[in-house]
Amino acid sequence: MSVLAVSSLAKRYHRGGKPFAAVDDVSFDIGPAETLALAGPSGSGKSTIARLVLRLIEPDTGRIDFEGADFLALSCAALRSCRARIQMVFQDPLAAFNPHATVGRVLDDPLRIHNIASRAERPRRIAALLERVGLDAGLAARAIHEISGGQRQRVAIARAIATHPSLIVLDEAVSALDVSVRGQILELLLDLQRQERIAYLFISHDLGVIRAVAHRIVILDSGRIAESGDARAVIANPQSAIGKALVAATPKLIRNRP
Amino acid sequence: MSRLCHFFRTPEAIAGASILALLVVVALAAPLLFSGDSQAIAGPALLPPFQDWSLPLGTDRLGRDVLAELFHGARTSLAVGLAAAAAALLIGSIIGTLAGFAGGLVDEVLMRITDAFQTVPSFLLALAFVSIVGPSLGVVVAAIALGAWTGPARVARAEVLSIRERDYVAGARVLGMHPLEIAFREVLPNVLPSVLALSSVIVAAAILTEAALSFLGLGDPNRVTWGGMIAEGRTVLRTAPFLSVVPGIALVLTVLGVYLAGEGVVESAAARRSLS
Repeated sequence: MSVLAVSSLAKRYHRGGKPFAAVDDVSFDIGPAETLALAGPSGSGKSTIARLVLRLIEPDTGRIDFEGADFLALSCAALRSCRARIQMVFQDPLAAFNPHATVGRVLDDPLRIHNIASRAERPRRIAALLERVGLDAGLAARAIHEISGGQRQRVAIARAIATHPSLIVLDEAVSALDVSVRGQILELLLDLQRQERIAYLFISHDLGVIRAVAHRIVILDSGRIAESGDARAVIANPQSAIGKALVAATPKLIRNRP
Repeated sequence: MSRLCHFFRTPEAIAGASILALLVVVALAAPLLFSGDSQAIAGPALLPPFQDWSLPLGTDRLGRDVLAELFHGARTSLAVGLAAAAAALLIGSIIGTLAGFAGGLVDEVLMRITDAFQTVPSFLLALAFVSIVGPSLGVVVAAIALGAWTGPARVARAEVLSIRERDYVAGARVLGMHPLEIAFREVLPNVLPSVLALSSVIVAAAILTEAALSFLGLGDPNRVTWGGMIAEGRTVLRTAPFLSVVPGIALVLTVLGVYLAGEGVVESAAARRSLS
């Protein structure tokens, strides 16, 4: 059974009085411990799909099944408790946290909201989470703006895994990081996926990164699916025009590898 | 420390802070220096200032010590000004945050209520409220806050409209945080700096409104107020103008001090922001 099944999803916006489809008839599914990549140029609807899947915005039409149940039918309270199972990591790790927060408070929130640990137990759980993502437990007392971008993204991942989700939406989660840090974060994500069997909806415009982590790929163009399939196969031999353009825009290093 | 350095760079800020500091010292010292009843008769009636050094600012129509009245009046002015401004800022930021964050019908209803309050002149509102409920310190504070909360509410709402689109608010929703907790724990603290920038204007306006209410006899009758002193002195304005002039000068200095210090705070905040 798939963790997430999206069918015929559509979302329309009005731009200058005229309606335009940000997402148009998009269907895909993600299995347990699987990584599905959403690729496409800017404005192709990747981030809109991420926000639809998390119900940060509501779709016009379509169906989202999460862990076998109709996700769109959940009421406010049921949706809030269900959110423990589906988490998100944002692109800019600085914008994703309250500017006044400390690392400890950021990680305390999910444990408190979903009653995962008692107040007395939480500091120990926070330390364990920090160590799980490769950070020093002493970092909990630091303010979010005091730590480095790579550390912040690790904290964001720790926050996402705090509630033991079955799916994490990664919206350009490594795009803002510099190359050396990017590799470490990708390693961490792969390691977490192996150990905790988390599925990823991996949104990126970087085919090199996608090729390294994703099992399957969906290429979007203007809100529609242009092409989908096994990640390596599609990147090695794209059929759609937009797929070819994306591959051509990626450094040669990756294209020439067998 | 650097915050203080920035603050004391401009002469206006220094002047404002000095006046406010003096006012606070006067307000705190009033019961120590003039331990008896400030409204008790201390000497002959209508003694002019600088005649008797035990009564340096003279006495009023009933022979009460003007300096003692002035010191005790500072307590009332400061207490009412700060309490009313705090109440207005608190109510305003809560209503503005709720309106901006909830949006839709809640926003419409709350902002129309804000409009309604804003169209009624705030002094008339305070006047009507005190006349109906009866003058006491708490009622005067409430009456002034009633006319002053709309400004902070509008500023808070405008800030919230921009903040609620930020990633960290989406992040809080993804975590499953309750909307009220997001509004008051994630959004409101980040709205406060803009709202607090209004505080000097509101404190100054509150002090003036309190003085005006007291002048019209709608202040707390059990307390000395500067507005009340001016009103008292008005009847003998030709023969003893100092009875109105002295509290008038105190009032002007206080409002000026609050404005200047507030301006200094805003400017030092701006300077710090442009540096970082």
